Amino acid sequence: MAFHKITITINDELEQVVVPSNMTLMRMLRETQALTGTKNGCSAGECGACTVLMNGEPVNSCMILAVECDGGVITTVEGLAHDRQLDPIQEAIIEAGGVQCGFCTPGILISSRALLNRNPNPSDEDIREALVGNLCRCTGYMRIVEAVKKAAGMKIVAAPIPMPSD
Amino acid sequence: MEYNTHPALPEFEYIRPASLAEASDFLSHHPDTARPFLGGTDVLVRMRDGFIKPEFLVDMKNLDGTNDLRFDPSTGLTLGAAVNMNRVIASPDVQAHYPVLAEACRSVASYQLRTRATIVGNICNASPAGDTIGACLALDGTLQVHGVNGPRQEPLGEFFLGPGKTTLRPGDIVTLIHFPLPPKGCAGKYLKLGRNQLSDLSIVGVTALGYPDFSCQSGYHFRLALASVAPVPLVPAEAETYLATHSITLKTIDEAASLSADACSPIDDVRSSARYRKQMARNLSAKALTEVWKNLN
Repeated sequence: MAFHKITITINDELEQVVVPSNMTLMRMLRETQALTGTKNGCSAGECGACTVLMNGEPVNSCMILAVECDGGVITTVEGLAHDRQLDPIQEAIIEAGGVQCGFCTPGILISSRALLNRNPNPSDEDIREALVGNLCRCTGYMRIVEAVKKAAGMKIVAAPIPMPSD
Repeated sequence: MEYNTHPALPEFEYIRPASLAEASDFLSHHPDTARPFLGGTDVLVRMRDGFIKPEFLVDMKNLDGTNDLRFDPSTGLTLGAAVNMNRVIASPDVQAHYPVLAEACRSVASYQLRTRATIVGNICNASPAGDTIGACLALDGTLQVHGVNGPRQEPLGEFFLGPGKTTLRPGDIVTLIHFPLPPKGCAGKYLKLGRNQLSDLSIVGVTALGYPDFSCQSGYHFRLALASVAPVPLVPAEAETYLATHSITLKTIDEAASLSADACSPIDDVRSSARYRKQMARNLSAKALTEVWKNLN
């Protein structure tokens, strides 16, 4: 099986990585970059624990080949905070008590950040629809939805999510 | 005992062809071992589960025209093969002229899956459950196919042969789907029944489209397409004919819904029994047609 050398921006850092054809973006992040905040839940695009931003849009990183990300821009949960300042969605989920076991939390944070980027004032229904692909078996979702609403009212002090054209 | 709930992907080679001709040439020379690759939302799951074992995945996402989403007020809508469903949903042209297509896309899985899932991929998979296929059929979509002998067009109505089976041959690449202008005054609806309200595969899906048409005795033309009730996405022709030839009332809509259910040949599976599917095909056909009828008046 062939190996591919790819250049990829991960959380604002330009990286060169050598990956086999069958390595997923999720495995690359966890096993070659030690970014274990991105979780391996179902490996089938159902649970959303592995959600990251790819070129500014949320994707299931277990369903993407690392080699496809050549030239791309990835943001993981580790990249949400800037200058020791948490992203508002991170502050809000702590305040609202939206974390229990924590396994779904990285994916929830990424999907929520993406929602707030495209819709700064989401309704309850918008939030629930945006989080359909992020399963949580602990919280019952109430406090997660509350956290996203809380974050929508907070000022973003962290740097904006980088896009490929930047 | 070793039990791995997260099997890695089996080994394969990733191919990124530089041109359509190169892609087509490669696929035709590896008819049994190479697969075209778009968003991977289906291919990667089936590879991981061991249902398919391709040696080559040929990435189509950067080829000429596959990322185009264009609306021309005189000829209609063109969607490149690699255009993802979130782009379709967000397109003001789709929202204005083909809202039922956006509605069908919105019913697919989750936001992050739709960042990768494509309409052309949904069609080429030829799953009877494909959520977007009904809207594409009702809107008279035509596929542009690049084959070893050059480009050709495939009307969607004759494209599906069975579950996962289409008229595509080795070396064929669907580059885009084209929709003519929507019929004047049309209204559409996609109703999907799943085990939960959002994100599941369909137990039954019904797409209905209607528009005023004075060449029909009833004065209206209705299109119907059903998902998950037959080996292929199903167009119940008798129900459509019935509505073209009988003046539209709640009673004739009910009769057409029965004809629609009669056309179904569902199976029992993990999502539902065949019997339930048939009854729901009837109910959802009636509901979708009634909603479209209300919006036409």
